[in-house]
This record gives sequence, C-alpha cells and structure tokens, in this order.
Amino acid sequence: MSFWSRHKIFETNSIILVIGVLFVISIGGLVEIVPLFYLKSTIEKVEGVRPYTPLELAGRNIYVREGCYNCHSQMIRPMRDEVERYGHYSLAAESMYDRPFQWGSKRTGPDLARVGNKYSDDWHRDHLRDPRAVVPGSIMPSYHWLEATELDMSSLAEDMKAQAILGVPYTDEMVKRAESDARIQANADDPNAEDLATRYPNAQSRSFDGNPQKVTEADALIAYLQMLGTQVDFKLYDNKANVR
Amino acid sequence: MAQTATTPKGMTIGEAGSALAFAALALLSIIIAAKAYTPEYAFHAYLFAAASVAAVFAIVNRYYGRPADLPARTIDGKPNYNMGPVKFATIAAVFWGVAGFTIGLLIALQLAFPALNFDTAWLSFGRMRPLHTSAVIFAFSGNVLLAASFYVVQRTCRTRLVGDLAPWFVVLGYNFFIVIAGTGYLLGVTQGKEYAEPEWYADLWLTVVWVAYLLVYLGTVMRRKEPHIFVANWFFLGFILTIAVLHIGNNVTIPVSIFSPKSYILWSGVQDALVQWWYGHNAVGFFLTVPFLAIMYYFIPKRAERPVYSYRLSIIHFWSLVFMYIWAGPHHLHYTALPDWAQTLGMVFSVMLWMPSWGGMINGLMTLSGAWDKLRTDPVLRLMVVSVAFYGMATFEGPLMSVKAVNSLSHYTDWTIGHVHAGALGWVAYISFGTIYCLVPWLWNKKGLYSIKAVSWHFWISTLGIVLYISSMWVAGILQGLMWRAYTSLGFLEYSFIETVEAMHPFYIIRALGGALFVAGSLIMAWNVWKTIAMAEAAEQEALPAQPALVAAE
Repeated sequence: MSFWSRHKIFETNSIILVIGVLFVISIGGLVEIVPLFYLKSTIEKVEGVRPYTPLELAGRNIYVREGCYNCHSQMIRPMRDEVERYGHYSLAAESMYDRPFQWGSKRTGPDLARVGNKYSDDWHRDHLRDPRAVVPGSIMPSYHWLEATELDMSSLAEDMKAQAILGVPYTDEMVKRAESDARIQANADDPNAEDLATRYPNAQSRSFDGNPQKVTEADALIAYLQMLGTQVDFKLYDNKANVR
Repeated sequence: MAQTATTPKGMTIGEAGSALAFAALALLSIIIAAKAYTPEYAFHAYLFAAASVAAVFAIVNRYYGRPADLPARTIDGKPNYNMGPVKFATIAAVFWGVAGFTIGLLIALQLAFPALNFDTAWLSFGRMRPLHTSAVIFAFSGNVLLAASFYVVQRTCRTRLVGDLAPWFVVLGYNFFIVIAGTGYLLGVTQGKEYAEPEWYADLWLTVVWVAYLLVYLGTVMRRKEPHIFVANWFFLGFILTIAVLHIGNNVTIPVSIFSPKSYILWSGVQDALVQWWYGHNAVGFFLTVPFLAIMYYFIPKRAERPVYSYRLSIIHFWSLVFMYIWAGPHHLHYTALPDWAQTLGMVFSVMLWMPSWGGMINGLMTLSGAWDKLRTDPVLRLMVVSVAFYGMATFEGPLMSVKAVNSLSHYTDWTIGHVHAGALGWVAYISFGTIYCLVPWLWNKKGLYSIKAVSWHFWISTLGIVLYISSMWVAGILQGLMWRAYTSLGFLEYSFIETVEAMHPFYIIRALGGALFVAGSLIMAWNVWKTIAMAEAAEQEALPAQPALVAAE
C-alpha cells in the first residue's frame, strides 16, 4: 500500500476528516495560548496598576464605542524612537484590567498608551470638539457631541459587577458606590475626592470638560485619557527584574 | 369514489418546531425591547422580533403553498439539486460587495478629507471602518462562500442538500446577522475587537446559524453518492469547523445584563491580545484563504476544463496549511508586551507558511497547463487565474512582513493596509467575481453571461484600481515607518507625528482613486449579473456542468 493511498481514510470517511481537522488546528492554539495563563513571567510584577474608576471605565467604554482603536494604538514598542516619542515601552501589566485590550494595529494617529497628563483638559476638550482647531494638519473626525451628551451612569454598577465576576478586584462597596464615585470624580473640588482616592489610588478628580453643571461623555473620556499610562512610576520600576 | 394514493399533508417536525422556536424568539425579543437599557439595543430587539414574526409567517405560508410531499431527492435517477439558497446567496454577495466597496471608498476619502465625516457620530471613521471590514469580509465573501459551498457540495457529492428549511435558515439567518452587526456599528454597539466587533447577542445568533451550516454541509457530504470526498470539500469543511472554534474562542463574554448590549470578555490584556490575533489572523487564514482555495479547486478546473494539477500536492498543502496557519497569530503582536517566546513562534510559523501557501498557488496555476490560451479569450478564467497570482504575491509578502526586523518598520503603518488589500482585492474579490460570473448562468440556466466584454472591462478597470491601491500604500507605509524613526544629525527625532500624517495626504488620494475604480468595476458586474438573469435566452440543455475530474497522479 503506497503512502498516498493511506490518505483514503480521510477521503472516504467524513467524521474522520472532521476529527483530523479539529486535531490539527488545536495544536498551535493550545501551545501558544495556554502557557500565557500559567507562566508567571507573562505579566510583570509592578506597583501601581489598579482597576479603572467608574468614570474612567465609562470613558473607556466610549473610547471602544467610537472605535478609537481603529486609528490609535496603545502599545509602545521598545525602540529608541518610540520610547523617545511616547515614553517607556508598554508593560503587559499595564493592560491587565483591559477588557477588551485596546493595543490597536494601526497608527493613523499617534499612540495613546501614555497620553495621560501630557496635555491639559482644555486641550483635550478643544481637540475632541474640533481637532483641526488645535492641530491644523489633523485628519481626526470631530467628536463635538461628547461634551453635549450627558453620561449615562445607570448601568455603571452592573458593568463593574460583571467585571468583578471576571476577576477584576472591585469590592461590593466599589460596585455600590459606582454612580456616586463617578459624580465625585467629575466634580471640581468635591469634598469626597480624597475618599475616592482611598478606593482608587491616584484618581484625579475635577471637571474634565470645563463644564461643572453636568457630567458629560467628554468628562468620562478625558478622565480615561488623562490616566492612560500614568499608573506605573518608571523612576522606581526595575526593567531588569522582569526580563522575559 | 376514487381513492388518492398521496400521503395526507401534514407539517413536518422541522416546520412546526421552527415556527414554534421563532414564535418564542419573537416573544422574548419583545420583552427585551421593552426593558432594554439603551435605544440602540431596543432597536435590535425589535429587528429580531420582526424577523422572527416574518419567519413564522414564511414557514406557515410555505406550508400551505407546497404539495404534500417534500421535494424528492432524485428525479428520474438524477439528483434534484436545491439551488434556491445558492441563488439567494449569490445575489446577496453582489449586493454586499458593491455596498462594502463603496463604504471602503468613503472611509478612504475620509482619511484624505476629514470633512467627509460630516460631524456625525454614525458616519465617523471609527464606526465606518468596522462596517467596511465586516461588509467585505463577512457579508460579501461570506455570501460568496455560502453560495459556492452549497453549490459545490451538491455537485461533487451528487446529492440534494440535507434539510428542507435548514439551508434557507443558514442563508437568511447569516444575512440577518450581517444586518444586526452592521447597524450595530453605526449605532456604536461594538466589542472593540477587530473583525469580531459584533456584540454578544449577535455572536450567539451567528453561533446558532453556523452550527446549522455545519450540520447541513456535513449531512450532505455524508449522503454523497461518490465514494471519495472531493478536495474542495476538505477545504470547505476545514473552514466551517475552524471558524466555529475561532468564533466561540474569541467571543467568550459575559453580558452586563440580558437587557444590555454591552458585554465584557473573559480574557484581559495580554491574553486577550493573543486570543484576538489567534482569531484575527485565522479569520484571514480560514475565512479568506481556505474556503477560497476550495473555490479554486472546483471552479478553475471547471472553467479551464482541465483536471486538478496534482492530487498529492493538494493533500500535502491542505494538511500543512491548516496546521501552520493557526500558529501565525502572534506576528500581529511583534515587539509588544506579548512574551518573546510567543512572538518568535509566530514568526517562525509565518515564514514556514509560505510553502503550503505556494503549494496551493502552484496547484491552481498548473491546472491551466494545456489551457493557457483560454486566458486570452475568457476574461472569467483570467479573473480567477490572476487572483491565484495575487494569492501567491500576498502569501509571499505576509511571511516577509512577519519577520521581526521588517515588522518593526511596517507595523502600525499603511503597508499593512496595502498588504491586506493585495489579498482582499486581488485574491478574495477576484476569485469571488470569477465564481459569481460562473454561477449566475449555471444557476439561472442561461447560455452564458449577458456580456463577456463587460467582464473584460471589469477586469481591467479593477486591476488598474488594485495597482494604484497597493503601490500607493507601499510607498505611504514605508515612508511613514521611515519618518517615525528618522533622526537629525544632532540626535533629535526629525519629524513630529503630525508631519508624518500630512505626508500621507497624496497617497491617500491615490488610494481612494484606486478604490473608486474598484467600485466602478463592481457596478459593471452588478449590471452584467442583472442583465444575465433578465436575459430570455435559456441554455439549450441543462447548463449545470458535470463533476470535475480529479485525476489521481499515482
């Protein structure tokens, strides 16, 4: 019996063909994906990475909704020009609470992994309202409706509850206070801002869109953008400790 | 009183069961619509309700209109093929193709002239781009694949499709998924994962449709009258099975509530990234490559009237292709926070993938040996052969770009966009056009296409469009990559980011011009298909061709 005629078993028996295909396609996926869940070196040990505050989470969901990832990456590669342009290369730990991850695949616009605290809130508001007003050559669409739309906070607690089920360390108290925490963070000089910072270390609280009357989608999105890449203090971070 | 010999008419279990299931779905959808958290989700729930009610009506109406007996599997010893769903998917493919290319043209123009975002949420680039990718990948190519697979499996197995309602459920259910997904993007309902944007309820619906697709396909293969399963069916089966695994693996989410369109994925950060690109790259591998190779193995031998070049090559490249493709995902994550070992594995397998890819190309091209002259006279065959050549080009460029040193320059730039379109326009769309041009006269029993000359025009206009598209994106991508890393003699970064954006402007205009030509070509096709179907002149005998010979080179 020649080698080639042995293939007959797949050609004459559809179930064996199905099993053969399933077996062959399983190997690569299992070998590459499964170790990422148990190799401890996959996610670096770092200080400072915390779950998103309710307002930041709402902002992140707006980032996802508007499809910002289609043009902006959030992943700085360890190359001289990228590190100089954007800052320290991104760590896996910095996106450990990202559902979904938003590393992106295209830089029609610049990387945003460390955009936090690089520009003022006013700059962000003006830029979202009319990108070409602050960056004349920009080809970004205008997102002027964000500052006009009040933020829907009605399901924030449920959002956090779902994330808690998936393993994000949101406590029952955090879930319960979701809406009030979002309001505290979007308010200028709120007396409870320090209290918020005990639950979410280094959370920045202020009226992000410059309009203290209402909490808008622009408040949430800017709060999210202003915290991006700011959690790890790279003056203290030891690159050598996490070589993989 | 004369006795009739016919069986009494009754609803089949399938009809009654489906009608009840759709009635239940309609009820559930109305409840969800009433309590939905967002108006967008309520809109989708109403769409589900309306579609379910329409399905119940269609099933009952069809029952009253049909004879007591279901269509026979054979008539006079010849298989009684079920071509209705194939016809529907063929027309849907033409429609979605024109729509998807046009949206692509719009977003290409948006990048050159941002005023074309019209300052509205749902026309903004971030929402339109997923609409474009899904429209061309899932709507256009997906319908081509449904049509071709249901056609090929019947012809090569010499038997009628399994199921009475099931094939229609697959075709109509799949197109309903497209409508839910597409309207969702415009309304801002998205998971934010590339090529897997539809939210949980659309994913669930697609899962049901896909399982039905697998059952109909596999059932038909099992009922075959031929001892051997034809090579095209290995590829179609590989596609259906693997897409099922990928779709489920990449969409394991928990919804915030059954009344909310929002869900969160089980994996986060780096793990989510690798699962996503395991999915994303194999959407290319198993949606845009493997089943189109199946099309190549049926339609090119058919059209060229030559047997498949090498049976042994088809065995080797089938198994090596499906084995290696799965590993290639990490090349989308070079130099990211994904551990190095995974990046290296992805690179090595991507480079090796070059070989089985070219195995397929060689088998397709060499099938023409002895029939090369037909390229001069038959523009349909020319479309398909050029598509295989583009396949060879894209599958050489892909491994090249997966090498980390090259990727460090090409990643994040428009070179990637150019590469994708070499495959998408050159390979997938061209072989799809060839398939549509073959299928329409066969399905509607016509002598031939209304105008062969129009096919030639379609070919040349689109080819010019592809050349403009790919070459402008090569230049744009490499220029952008070099500008990002350029340093002055004093050691400062030479260009600000916005300067690199402004440098892209002329290339974005050239690309849009290429896209416009491609849209024009597809409109010629739509017109030609319309005229062919409307044409009165029927084929003299059965236009459906006989089974292609797979000569085993022992």
